[in-house]
Amino acid sequence: MTALLEVSGVSVSFDGFKAINNLTFQIAEAEMRAVIGPNGAGKTTFMDIVTGKTKPDEGHVLWGEKSKSLLSMTESQIAQEGIGRKFQRPTVFEDQTVAENLMLALKKSRGPFSVLRFKPAKTDQDKVAELADEIGLLGALSRKSGELSHGQKQWLEIGMLLAQDPRLLLVDEPAAGMTGAEREHTTDILVNAAKTRAVVVVEHDMEFVRRLGCRVTVLHEGSVLAEGSIDHVTSDEKVIEVYLGR
Amino acid sequence: MSDIAAANPRRTPFVMKHPSVVISIGLLALFTVGVTVLAEGFGIGVISTSFVKTLGKTLCLCLVALAMDLVWGYCGILSLGHMAFFGIGGYAIGMWLMYARTEIIVVQSLAATPLPPTSQEIADGIATQIFGVVGASELPPIWAFAHSLPLQLAAVVLVPGLIALVFGWLAFRSRVTGVYLSILTQAMTLALSLYLFQNDSGLRGNNGLSGLQNLPGLEAVPQSTVSMWFFWASAIALGAGYLLCAWVVSGKFGSVMRAIRDDEARVRFLGYSVEAYKLFVFTLTAIIAGLAGALYYPQAGIVNPAEIAPIASIYLAVWVAIGGRGRLYGAVIGAAFVSLLSTWFTGGQAPDINLGFYTIEWVDWWIVMLGLSFVAVTLFAPRGIGGLFDLITDRRHPNRRGAPLGPDQGALQEKEADT
Repeated sequence: MTALLEVSGVSVSFDGFKAINNLTFQIAEAEMRAVIGPNGAGKTTFMDIVTGKTKPDEGHVLWGEKSKSLLSMTESQIAQEGIGRKFQRPTVFEDQTVAENLMLALKKSRGPFSVLRFKPAKTDQDKVAELADEIGLLGALSRKSGELSHGQKQWLEIGMLLAQDPRLLLVDEPAAGMTGAEREHTTDILVNAAKTRAVVVVEHDMEFVRRLGCRVTVLHEGSVLAEGSIDHVTSDEKVIEVYLGR
Repeated sequence: MSDIAAANPRRTPFVMKHPSVVISIGLLALFTVGVTVLAEGFGIGVISTSFVKTLGKTLCLCLVALAMDLVWGYCGILSLGHMAFFGIGGYAIGMWLMYARTEIIVVQSLAATPLPPTSQEIADGIATQIFGVVGASELPPIWAFAHSLPLQLAAVVLVPGLIALVFGWLAFRSRVTGVYLSILTQAMTLALSLYLFQNDSGLRGNNGLSGLQNLPGLEAVPQSTVSMWFFWASAIALGAGYLLCAWVVSGKFGSVMRAIRDDEARVRFLGYSVEAYKLFVFTLTAIIAGLAGALYYPQAGIVNPAEIAPIASIYLAVWVAIGGRGRLYGAVIGAAFVSLLSTWFTGGQAPDINLGFYTIEWVDWWIVMLGLSFVAVTLFAPRGIGGLFDLITDRRHPNRRGAPLGPDQGALQEKEADT
């Protein structure tokens, strides 16, 4: 099994506080992984490092078949390599319509000159409508996304992530603020996506993680505490001590 | 999947999707025809030539305001240096105007001499004529292309474009944003104007370039006619600039620009190189500003370093803010309204107000009033004058920023999630 993303020996500290401490993490193509851990365990910092927002003090982050290093790339280059990220706080472009948001994310050439000449083809429009249908926003395509409810914004952001067609999805608390039925739908979308690509889900909610039915990595104080199936990690004594047994 | 097909927006023509563009261009055309009929040059002469020039200059200011709206209102880069590009455009065309006219005068005066003048004598004569005022008698190297109209026209586009490209590349690459970028652009403008104030800058120091209203070889044509030519050229430039800007902001490029304005970091994670887009917009708008300046200064007759001073660029931002940023017609309305009002107040036409104990003289107090209205617009009407049109079209949207993150008990508030 070759790894799609390989993070090894990564450390980063902010003002002397070690947010990530010698972290090692691997994920294969078409794999789903849940990352859990208490507040301050370094989950978000881990995502920041992979997406290029934060540069680690030491360690390697290697990507793809050719084991390219992601550390020398900018955020936009990493995104073009095929790493998509959904933030915890839904960050859609509120001043623009749902259709515009999805069209922005749609996998297309990203250079200024080709974007300037870009005209959405029939297939692009169909793709946008199809995605909107999947996230339940088909009727809202021409509405400004700032008008959407919180849950709908979450959906829109998931839709934008799918529109990017990334090889690796990093999803931060996708189910925050969703109702039970919406959570189930989110689970379906993520499980479906993981059939063809790698998905990393950061989540607080144990029930949600259980439904994903995937390997779980438990982070604590910036490094991996345990890794395995959900039953394995929930029965791990160290995990119970720092996380579950609070 | 029939509902998906139904949700697809039908292909509508550009003009139908953007009625404001059609209305704006239509009004501009009407205005141009109206002024032509009323002016001295070709019409009945109700409007004086000097007022035609004022109107023509106003059109150029509207064009540079469009550029400012593109860079600030749409892309979120508060550049306080675009009037420098405007001034450079004026200098570039002014050099040719001044050189070519001086050459004609020198050749005429030397024609009276018994021997035909050598080219060296002509060159010396031109240099003395132009630079006598700063105590020099040699043409500086910067004037090497001043004899050629095509080359100086190229400079109108290339010099602002290149300066913007280099400056923007350095600034955006280092991810200088927000108020720091504004300060940096101010510093650039200030440095440029201080440099031009020096006599040895090669551009006549604080005298600047003058006599630009006279077209070389066309001395016989009255100013009433020349003013109309420039008025038409300014109107066409504004119309073309408006269409160009509307095209840029209407498509996906505009979508990316507004996304950069609203959440730059998010755009990066979508895979767009924010820096490349900013650089593109910054350079494009600098070129538009240069062209606007090249049309403005022949109507003004004089360009000097004071025109490039930082305050000019701040005025530009004020116009766009008062007109309503983020919409093209807002920038045009703001520039036209404020600059014409400013002409009226500072021209001494506005009646002074006698309060008994103090007389408000508008020449002095106008700037105070402008400052206060800028503050008022920023605080109470951020959409500016253009926002009035929203009252008609009823474009109102709820703003849910800062709402609770979800229905769950104890869900994070937006502010907490931000940290």
